[in-house]
Amino acid sequence: MKSAVVVFPGLNRDRDMIAALTKISGTPPAVVWHQETEIPDVDLIVIPGGFSYGDYLRAGAIAARSPIMDAIRDKAAKGVKVLGVCNGFQILTEAGLLPGVLMRNASLKFVCREVKLTVANNGTPFTRGYNDGQVIRCPVAHHDGNYFADAETLARIEGNGQVAFRYAEGTNPNGSINDIAGVFNEQKNVLGLMPHPENLIEAAHGGSDGRALFSGLLEQAA
Amino acid sequence: MTFENNIAITPQLVADHGLKPEEYDKIVALIGREPTYTELGIFSAMWNEHCSYKSSKKWLRTLPTSGSHVIQGPGENAGVVDIGDGQAVVFKMESHNHPSYIEPYQGAATGVGGILRDVFTMGARPIAAMNALRFGAPEHEKTKHLVSGVVAGVGGYGNSFGVPTVGGEVEFDERYNGNILVNAFAAGLADTDKIFYSRAEGVGLPVVYLGAKTGRDGVGGATMASAEFGDDIEEKRPTVQVGDPFTEKRLLEACLELMATGAVIAIQDMGAAGLTCSAVEMGAKGDLGVELDLDKVPVREEAMTPYEMMLSESQERMLMVLHPEKETEARAIFEKWALDFATVGHTTDDLRFCVRWHGEEVANLPIKELGDEAPEYDRPWVEPARPVPLAVDDIPQMDVADALLELIGGHQLSSRRWVYEQYDTLIQGNSLQRPGGDAGVVRVEGHTNKALAFSSDVTPRYCEADPFEGGKQAVAECWRNLTATGADPLAATDNLNFGNPERPEIMGQLVHAIKGIGEACSVLEFPIVSGNVSLYNETNGRGILPTPTIGGVGLVPDWSRMATIGFAAENQPILLVGAPPSWGTHLAQSIYMRDLFGRKDGPPPPVDLAHEKKVGDFVRKLIRDGRVTAVHDLSDGGLAAGLAEMALASGIGARVNQLEDRDPIPVFFGEDQGRYLVTVPLDPQGEAFHELLNDAAEIGIFAPWIGSTGGTELVLGNARPIPVAELREAHEGWFPQFMAGTID
Repeated sequence: MKSAVVVFPGLNRDRDMIAALTKISGTPPAVVWHQETEIPDVDLIVIPGGFSYGDYLRAGAIAARSPIMDAIRDKAAKGVKVLGVCNGFQILTEAGLLPGVLMRNASLKFVCREVKLTVANNGTPFTRGYNDGQVIRCPVAHHDGNYFADAETLARIEGNGQVAFRYAEGTNPNGSINDIAGVFNEQKNVLGLMPHPENLIEAAHGGSDGRALFSGLLEQAA
Repeated sequence: MTFENNIAITPQLVADHGLKPEEYDKIVALIGREPTYTELGIFSAMWNEHCSYKSSKKWLRTLPTSGSHVIQGPGENAGVVDIGDGQAVVFKMESHNHPSYIEPYQGAATGVGGILRDVFTMGARPIAAMNALRFGAPEHEKTKHLVSGVVAGVGGYGNSFGVPTVGGEVEFDERYNGNILVNAFAAGLADTDKIFYSRAEGVGLPVVYLGAKTGRDGVGGATMASAEFGDDIEEKRPTVQVGDPFTEKRLLEACLELMATGAVIAIQDMGAAGLTCSAVEMGAKGDLGVELDLDKVPVREEAMTPYEMMLSESQERMLMVLHPEKETEARAIFEKWALDFATVGHTTDDLRFCVRWHGEEVANLPIKELGDEAPEYDRPWVEPARPVPLAVDDIPQMDVADALLELIGGHQLSSRRWVYEQYDTLIQGNSLQRPGGDAGVVRVEGHTNKALAFSSDVTPRYCEADPFEGGKQAVAECWRNLTATGADPLAATDNLNFGNPERPEIMGQLVHAIKGIGEACSVLEFPIVSGNVSLYNETNGRGILPTPTIGGVGLVPDWSRMATIGFAAENQPILLVGAPPSWGTHLAQSIYMRDLFGRKDGPPPPVDLAHEKKVGDFVRKLIRDGRVTAVHDLSDGGLAAGLAEMALASGIGARVNQLEDRDPIPVFFGEDQGRYLVTVPLDPQGEAFHELLNDAAEIGIFAPWIGSTGGTELVLGNARPIPVAELREAHEGWFPQFMAGTID
């Protein structure tokens, strides 16, 4: 699988994501700087987590207006898979590539802990490594992960199977509506999620439930 | 604009700069004339306690600072210790106490920012952070506000910067009501052949300003931090800096990229006393003069005076001496990261610190004397009174189960989850042990099995009762916590927080604590490689508890053989390694006495350093040999608390015997030092078990089999069984309820 990781100033889980992609696919991803206007020919584009532009203004708002976003939009329209994790998810919603918004956590505090996720739709390249309804462990670490969409949007994405993951077993850490932890675009080739699967891929992490997300993509590309 | 540099220097102005009349006389004698206003500011910045260590230097020199692994001891931005394979760990702890009390969010945030900068200035990428926080009594009106602000500030900066917070301390005591402590620790990883220092080399080379622009924030901060507080504290808010972790993160990446180009000759972050301190240090260390042109300094406010520019403590700035032929390459890196890059001066051969502004020379001072000739005091001190031991029959009684539940659900021992869940503890993907265990452990990236362990420790009530034993205990506990994970303790950083050193009894505490630290560091071969002193932690004449925080680093050679505190399985024998014959004896200064009976009398538990070393080395070997399944050292709350914490970390209960003819209170709540709880995967009737006990006995270590793991209850001798679920409710309950205001 060929992948690219897009880096904006202030992102800080880019190294985690690069390590995870390298370990799982065996090939280091291409690293693309936010001021570039082209993305190499890859199967997967990842926008990792962090605090692009310090989350000043609104999380993801400034990065969503960077030069590279047009290239990402083009690739997404052509069916290239795009994954946004945490700040990457926020950037994709700010860029209009994913529905809904991510508001400040209901607790108003940053939260870093392990949660449980239910796989809500495994019929996509991202989630095919899991069973439908499977409950997995995954850590979260964010200040603005409270997913919200208006009633009409919510009904539409629920109806279209655009919800990828839900917080399970009462572990919703941020007040997200319908316990939504991750959503697809309509075509299911763009996924945004708040939890960090890249931080749960090996024994040193105390588990590897996050691995199937990447390995599922790998099988697809192979 | 008008700026009058040559104003009359009145005694009041001198006092406002935190300088004593005799210190001012020394300045006049040194330079042979009255200083200008800017020069007075520069002297005040360099000669305050925070920057000059003038009260503590004499005693700090006595600390052991070298060892086979030490690459760089105190005197640089951070200590550097070899961890093998061409790599080094770079670390330091530093206080941000005064600012955090005045403005908790920004004070704590910039404390974290400052210590991270100290680490990456040396070429190291930060890999772990810890924070030792001490607040006033829970019931004090300001405490909740300060906890909330400090924790948010620590998280706000560290999370955004992207360093995992893997450990720390949070404690409450009324003696911190007017002076909280925020001690921030950071560690980074560097290649041993790519460590960067602050000593400038070469004449006529460009001095380059990097990072964020200079504003008026923090003007006079270091001087403020060297004074006591009065009731005018709210007026000091403008002396607190404002943090910008986004800029710091870019500065980190830009500096590491820059260092990789070979462009850097010397580099120094701008911390306390900003431009002044960094320029003087680089020049003085390299026996060079420095000339600065303030018109070149990037500023973010209009009409800044030279005085303000020299004393600003705006954050996220660095000063560097650059190889001139690399300037284009270097500038491009900073432009890529959208950071300022400005040549603001050059090195000279005249040993003068010369500052120009609007074509005028506003300061011209001898550079060596600014630093080296700072006043140094041998302040008078008195021997601390030695507390009288408690009478042997002075054992206030309480039901053992009730006592444990109250302590584990009290402010001292309750879970810090409310705090550490606001910190990113797993970013970078290397956190092997997160907060809640004996030490934080982080895998060394790129290495198959090496990891580093970090712990921060001090027991201020012990230090108050006996500063010498308290100093020893702080080091010993840190060493013990690292050992309990299986790490070899390598070296430590000390953050000495005390009251006003001009009072002989406070100076006596400082002197004795340093002596105790020194003795423990020597015996345990655990040198001090960096540190920070914070004095004048007093409000309206009342000092804090003496708090010499020790931040230690250990090396785990193979993390697959690392120990954790949770009981691993049912029916495993529990050994109390290093115990005295009756398991526990020392109740004076225990939290049992303090928190359940309000008793603060008597001496702290003594630390027998030879015993400490012997027991620790034995436990570490058991871990390395794979003979144990869980390890936890004993500290606050003694045996009962230790067992409870092991049960809480796993959900598995335990049944522990009652010693015949012994009062269970000192057995379960005594805080005797040098003890570890270990569990073993062995049949107590089997040969291997007896072999293990024999191994301990042969080297004179008593390691009684005190009980076994299993079930869902913790049973302490004849006390009523406590369901682990009930322990958990108490343990997890206090902090969130306290912050929600539902308990007093």
